[in-house]
Amino acid sequence: MSEITPETISHLANLARIALTEEEKELLATQLDAILDAVAKVGEVTTPDVPRTSHPVPLVNVFRNDEEVHTLDREAALGNAPDSDGTRFRVPAILGEE
Amino acid sequence: MSASELVFKSASELATLIRDKQVSSAEVTRAHLDRMAEVEGAIHAFLHVNEGAVDAAKAVDAKIASGEKISELAGVPVAIKDILCTVDMPSTAASRILEGWIPPYDATVVARSREAGLVPLGKTNLDEFAMGSSTEFSAYGPSRNPWDTDRIPGGSGGGSAAAVAAFEAPIAFGSDTGGSIRQPAAVTGSVGFKPTYGGASRFGAIALASSLDQVGPVSRNVLDAALFHDVFTGYDAKDSTSLNYNWPSMAEAARLGAKEGSLKGLRIGVVKELNGEGFQPGVKALFNELVELATAAGAEIVEVSAPHFDYATAAYYLILPAEASSNLAKYDAVRFGLRVAPNEAATIEEVMSATREAGFGPEVKRRIILGTYALSAGYYDAYYGSAQQVRTLIQRDFENAFAKADVLISPAAPTTAFKIGERVNDPMAMYLNDITTIPANMAGIPAGSIPMGLADEDGLPVGVQIMAGIKKDDLMYKVAATLEALLAEKHGGSVLDKAPRSYALKGGAK
Repeated sequence: MSEITPETISHLANLARIALTEEEKELLATQLDAILDAVAKVGEVTTPDVPRTSHPVPLVNVFRNDEEVHTLDREAALGNAPDSDGTRFRVPAILGEE
Repeated sequence: MSASELVFKSASELATLIRDKQVSSAEVTRAHLDRMAEVEGAIHAFLHVNEGAVDAAKAVDAKIASGEKISELAGVPVAIKDILCTVDMPSTAASRILEGWIPPYDATVVARSREAGLVPLGKTNLDEFAMGSSTEFSAYGPSRNPWDTDRIPGGSGGGSAAAVAAFEAPIAFGSDTGGSIRQPAAVTGSVGFKPTYGGASRFGAIALASSLDQVGPVSRNVLDAALFHDVFTGYDAKDSTSLNYNWPSMAEAARLGAKEGSLKGLRIGVVKELNGEGFQPGVKALFNELVELATAAGAEIVEVSAPHFDYATAAYYLILPAEASSNLAKYDAVRFGLRVAPNEAATIEEVMSATREAGFGPEVKRRIILGTYALSAGYYDAYYGSAQQVRTLIQRDFENAFAKADVLISPAAPTTAFKIGERVNDPMAMYLNDITTIPANMAGIPAGSIPMGLADEDGLPVGVQIMAGIKKDDLMYKVAATLEALLAEKHGGSVLDKAPRSYALKGGAK
């Protein structure tokens, strides 16, 4: 049913923001093909009248009261950042040269 | 009693000794740290040892000395699966991307265990982000099965299972998304339970697949698991999927089940689809013996059919990667974790891509790519949509089964522990390890594994899985405690009594 090529993997890796190597793409193309063949089995038993379930226990959305609570101090929130200026996360350039 | 004997005691025995001031929590904690130092070279259950353990134990001792009532497990050491956030220890999910990360908060379940006077010994190994059935996908090397150090201790929670089976900790935290508590329990001869979804808070549990993940207890006997369960479960406002429900005491249920039995007139359902092809003969033989034992104790055995369980693994390996690919998007090299810059002029997207390439291992990449594919426009309905429909069908199978039976049983894993390296390069073979355990996660029901004997052909432990309806965790513990008592009576002791207590250092072990 599926025909996964290294080009498909390249596209997915770009969507998932993982800079896969060429070897990884080749291997994943083969493996994903086998996995998708196996999991495509789900289509054998589903008919349009079966509702979808996204969650094991039916729940309604839960809102907390709109009250101020203490969460994290700025220092703790920035403490694990790869880079910060002490008040904000510092990130690399958003746009490239072009 | 010599200090080295303490590590062979159960959590409830240790708690009693500590409460009666026969021994201090500090002594118990030191005995376990010594045991870890002795066997970790061969077992590698831990990724991090808590340097503050003895101090934490002394603080509990001081509270006990002042007469403070803390909890029934006060002073008992606990191992923590490294998927749970701890403010005083690195929390890595066994991934390079979180190497050395010390979170700014404790997981709610961890915080509750500290309040109850439990003493954290360290963080246990797992497959990276809990993706796997063997710990071979840990970025820090596999853990080893105490029964045979050439074999896997199961996964993802192989570290926690190996830690209790190797007497490095009496109890441990696990987490179970598709069997990560129960399958390791089965292959190491230990005990593990997955609560009803929402029974335990997921706040501070590093997310794999949010609609399936659940934290639960790992131990060497049912009562210890139940006592520990009572300590950390219950409603938490910080987890919007946490159930606000007045849970009965699991320890009370376990004690009742062991003392008075629970099988007379109980309808036990044997799931036809979970005892067929692909199950090792020794597993099937022990399971059939257990069914006879339960019958002799007054249980009514009902065969139940759950035709859609045959599709559960397929649906799971679509739903889990889909949720995981979204959950793991947070590792973006900005707020925490690894940052790898390919060059000085690299843009944030290039940095993100290089970081995730360097920081994630092969199984994590495989599942993120698979999840990204399953959620893509054009494929969404055929894959993810159908998988969600299968989830409904599995829930209906359980509803039908629980109309005929009070609890369901099956082997907890299709085979005994396999050899390290045997399945690591074959994703589908690895995924099929979970066929017995996945259905419970899809439906959110409580399920656990207790050891039922050693397989004839290889002498390795085999587990039986006990499943109950939503919120019937107490029934699960009660029946598990009865079965445990019946098995101990029949075999003249527990399975772990027969476990090796010293281990050969094998090549490749850290």
